[in-house]
Parts: sequence; C-alpha cells; structure tokens
Amino acid sequence: MTAPANTTLMFGRPFAVLRLFGERVTQRVDLRGLTVTLVLLLLALAISIYALASGEFQVPVGDVIGALFGQATPRVHMVVVEWRLPRASLALLLGAALGVSGAIFQSLTRNPLGSPDIIGFNAGSYTGALVVITLLNGSFYAIAGGALLGGLLTAILVYVLSWRNGVQGFRLIVVGIGVSAMLTSLNTWLMLRADLKVAMLASIWGSGSLNGLGLDRLLQASIVLVLVTPFVLMLARPMRQLELGDDAARAHGIDVERTRLGLMLVGVALTAIATGIAGPIAFVALAAPQIARRLAGSAGVALMPAAAMGALLLAASDVLAQRAFAPSQLPVGIVTVCLGGLYFAWLLMREARRQP
Amino acid sequence: MTSLAEVQGDDRARPSGLAESNGKRFALLIFATLALVLVCLASIAVGSRNIPLSTVFEALFSYADSDDHAIIMTLRMPRTLLGLTVGAALGLSGALIQALTRNPLADPGILGVNAGATFAVSLGVGFFGIATIQSYIWFAFVGALGATVLVYAIGSVGRGAATPVRLTLSGIAIGAVLTGISSAFAILDPATFDRMRFWAAGSLVTPGLDNLTVSLPFMLAGAVLALLVARPLNAIALGDDLAASLGTNILRTRAVVVVAVTLLAGSATAAAGPITFVGLMIPHVARWIVGPDQRWIILFTLVLAPILLLCADIVGRVIMPPGELQVGIVTAFVGAPVLIILARRGKASGL
Repeated sequence: MTAPANTTLMFGRPFAVLRLFGERVTQRVDLRGLTVTLVLLLLALAISIYALASGEFQVPVGDVIGALFGQATPRVHMVVVEWRLPRASLALLLGAALGVSGAIFQSLTRNPLGSPDIIGFNAGSYTGALVVITLLNGSFYAIAGGALLGGLLTAILVYVLSWRNGVQGFRLIVVGIGVSAMLTSLNTWLMLRADLKVAMLASIWGSGSLNGLGLDRLLQASIVLVLVTPFVLMLARPMRQLELGDDAARAHGIDVERTRLGLMLVGVALTAIATGIAGPIAFVALAAPQIARRLAGSAGVALMPAAAMGALLLAASDVLAQRAFAPSQLPVGIVTVCLGGLYFAWLLMREARRQP
Repeated sequence: MTSLAEVQGDDRARPSGLAESNGKRFALLIFATLALVLVCLASIAVGSRNIPLSTVFEALFSYADSDDHAIIMTLRMPRTLLGLTVGAALGLSGALIQALTRNPLADPGILGVNAGATFAVSLGVGFFGIATIQSYIWFAFVGALGATVLVYAIGSVGRGAATPVRLTLSGIAIGAVLTGISSAFAILDPATFDRMRFWAAGSLVTPGLDNLTVSLPFMLAGAVLALLVARPLNAIALGDDLAASLGTNILRTRAVVVVAVTLLAGSATAAAGPITFVGLMIPHVARWIVGPDQRWIILFTLVLAPILLLCADIVGRVIMPPGELQVGIVTAFVGAPVLIILARRGKASGL
C-alpha cells in the first residue's frame, strides 16, 4: 500500500491505493471505510470471544484463546470449540451474509427500505419451509430449498405488486406488510393443521434461532460463503456504477442486465443460506447497510462495512438472546426485531428533524 | 352539515358515495341492519354442529333444557354477541383513526395500538400474574393508550404535522418492537403463556359472558364519544387551519378521539385478542357507500364491521373441520389484499 498517489483526485476523502503484482492489480481503498470496517470487525470479534467465554461454564479469556489454538484441557476444548464456537462463528458469518445481501438489495432497488426482510422474503421463506416441514416432512436441504423458493416467490410478488411507474419506498413497505400478513395467516393455518411435534419444530425455526446449531451447519455455511464471496467482490464495482442509473452504467461499459441478475442471485443466495440455517432473522439486512453507510460516510451502501456491521449486529444480538435471561434462551430473531424496530423509529425521527 | 361545496352551490365538488340522498342512506342502513341480523342468526346456527334456525328461535324465546339449546345459550350466543360488540368497536376505532390522521391506511393494528395492548397484557400476565378479563382490560387500555401516544409522538417529530406516511411507518416500527417483546415473554414463560396462546391469535371463543359484560361499558363509552366527535371530525377533514377557523377546537377533538380509540381498541383487544384489518376495511366500505360525512360513516361502520367479523368467524368455524381457525387469522387473510389495493391506488396517502 502506498500513500495517496495523486492529491488532486482526493474528492475530500483520504484513500490509499493498493498495488499488487507490479501494478497489474490496483485497487483504491477508502481509508475511512477501511477503518470503520476494521473497528467493527474488532468489536464483533471481541463480542464473539465474550460469547465463547461466558455462559453457565465460565472460561477465562486466556483459556478461550488457548482453546482456539488447540492448547487447552479437553474439558475447556469441548465447551469452547465444540459447543460454543459453531454458534459464535455462525452468528458472525450469517450476520455478514445478511448485511451484504441487504446492501445488494438496497443498492439494486435504490431504496434504503428495499431489504429482503421488508420485501417479504422472511414471511415467504417461512411459508416455504412450513410447507416442506408439515406437508412433505423433508430433510434439512429440502427445508432450505423450500425456504429459498418461498422467499424468492414472495419477494418477486411484493415487488411486482408495489410496481406502479416505479417502486416507491412507502408502497413497498405497505405491500410487504400486506403480503406478510396474508402469509402469516397461511402459516398459522399450516401450523394448526400439523402434528404438535412438527408444529413445535417449525415454530422454533420460524422465530429465527442459532440455538443448537453444530459444526455441520457451520461447514455448510462456510462452503456457500466461500463460493459466493468471489462473485460479491467481482460485482462490487459494477454495483457502484449501476447506482448511477442504467444509462450511465451502460456508458461506463457495464452489462447492466447481466450485472443486475448476478447481483440478485448473489443477494438471494446470501439471504437463503442465513434463512435456511437459522430461520428468518429480521432487520439485520435492513439496518446493517444503513448504519454502516452512516459510519463510513460513503455515498451509497458499501459492501465491506455492511458485512462487518451485520456480523457485529448478529453476534451482539445473539449474545443478548443467550445471556439476557439466562438460563432461558431467546431466539435471536426476537432480539433483532426489537433492536431493529427501535433503530427504525430513531431513523424516522432523525429524517423528520432534518426536513426543512 | 352544510358542506363548503353546498355553500358555494357547486355540486360537482361535493364528493358523494353510492347513496346520494339521506333517504337512500337510511334505506341502505336498514338493509345493512337486516343483513346483520341474518348474519347473527347464521353465527348462532352454523358450526361443527349445525342447528336449524327454528331451534335457534325456540332457544331464544322458549328455552327448554335440550342439548341444542344449551349449545346455543352457553356457546354460540356469547360468541355471537362478542363478535357483534368487538366488531363494532374495532370498526369504529378504525374509522376514528382514519379520520383523525387523515390516513386511509390507518388501522388500530397497523398503527401499533393492538400491539401495545397485547404487550401490556403480556406484561400483566408475566409479571403480575393476572388471569381474568377484569384485569386484562386495564392493562390493555394502558398499552393501547401508550402505543397510540408514542406512535403519534414519533410520527410528529420535526417541523410540520404528522404525515400519514410517517405515522404508518412509526406504527410499524413500534408495533414490531412491542410484538417482539411480547413474544419474548411468551418464550421465557411458556406455562403461563399457554393460556394466552389463543387470545393472542384473536378469537371470539370465550366461556360465558364475562368478556362481554366487562368490556361492553367501555365500548359503549367509546361509541358515544365517537358519535360526539363526528361533526368536528368533518371539519378537521378540511385541514387543521380551516377547521380552526370554522370554530372547531382541534386539540380537544384530537384528545377525545384518542380517548375513544383507546377505549374501543383496548376493550376489543382485551375481550378478543388482537384482531387486525377490520378497522382498516370497513370505514372504506362505509365511505364508498355514503361519501365523506363522518356521521354516516360512523353509523354504517357500526353495522358493517360486525357483519365482517361474524362472517370471518363463521368461515373460520367451517373451513377446517373438526378444528377451528381463529377469527383474527381469517380477517388478516381477507384484509391484507385490501391494504395492498389501497397502497397501490394513486392517491393512497391523502383522505
């Protein structure tokens, strides 16, 4: 990394230029965005270490770090690495996935409210999963597939229904509420029809919980995220240009339709893996990109700060869900709904004060 | 009321509903009342055990101690009466909120009033161990009032009045938080909340007449207040400034409406659980029939809302034998498309 190469192109923001392989790969890095991302990641990491250390069996922080590097007693190793690590890492990974997918959808719809949870993805994926759980009695992959399909169809339906010479934020929300209300009725009906045991299972999944997730789920999430991440990195720059409008992006040499399709697929895949594993978790995808944007002071939603913020939000919410009422455990989805609703109210008041 | 348009002698400017003259409106009101009576009879007759109408009349007018008569008097009658009052209360509170906020999307459910009542009742069940409707209802009032004031306060932050959009959004935000906390209570204390499970889905099934007798006085008080503020609300529909210059006390009208909404939505929620979308749909139907005069809207809402709620209840009884679907679930399924249509309409945000 070198210092700012050309001070005349500063645009009022300090940046650094990353040059690799003798200038064959160069990347301009926004210093404030980078700092914010790093600080958020450090915070998220600190919270995760707290999550690993605390609980019914307290482990000193030194032992936790020792256990992570394979130097601890078998007992500590079992508690920290086998019991708590999958959950803590899943909170980080799925939070980041939700943050990025929210950023992608908000950028695509050019609307701060265009995140997957608002456009009905959550209620729809729950319906899809319920159909698979109660009617087809499917496996984990079938449930995840059903959730994905249900979420996608609902998101498309909401988007189409709110289309009227373009999509306006308020209409999107209200139509999203309407469709979600209908699906919620449908979900209740499916639950009432089902066997009590099946209904219990479905209900736990439906509130969005990281409880009792093991190494196998962590592995599945990691594989999907490793596969998707290169595409996210590849599409990050075209996404920025797409925000300028289709014509401007086309003039910059972007294949608009293909980029948009790619971004949609990546966004859906990221939401789907989070929803498939943990159930519908509301508001992380909505709030993370916007908070990150304000912290980083960037013009549009930025992917890396959004990912870090998502990880921090979900990790913190999960710690709260686990420890706030210990030994009782809450599904993390409830915590994110409460935090997200407060954030939303605050956002409303702030925007209202700003208006002339 | 002599509307502004009449004063100016401009008939085109006067928006009117299907029924243009007061005579037609009266006729339609009587027709609607007859329909309501029929729906009530159907609600008594239809169920997992269908009872012929003749038996229904016998049970009502010459009670003999047979099985059918017992079913009617101990189960179906209380249920129908509760549907009647709760439906009217929900419809009225919706009409009042829509008129006050001049927001066609307003509904006690959407603006978070029901969520507030539910939250307060969960609080009462969880921390104070309340278990009867007599104590539910006070918590429901406090919750409904708190949520209404909070949503209105957040919606009106900043310069300028609360816009319909901001009110709706703040209602959604507050509703989400309160619902989240209520479900957290339910998960933390499953044994206690098992009793609340059916209440929370919105149901008219209650043993005996307790829910009705406790909530009825409050609903009546709310309905009287609603009729009293109908005229000032007509003036407020012209805009705050114009209403003030016509001699309306805006602050007092607002306060009365908020109290009426709290009484109506709070007691309805306490008696039957949170039921959404009735308050959204019916005032629109009423406005479509009678035009913008609040006095007629309120009268028609009083009759039409119970029709909807009782029909939804009957559908819920027969759709999934031998089980039943709670009425709140049916109204949500019917009402949500109405919300979507309203949101899609061009001038959805002004009344």
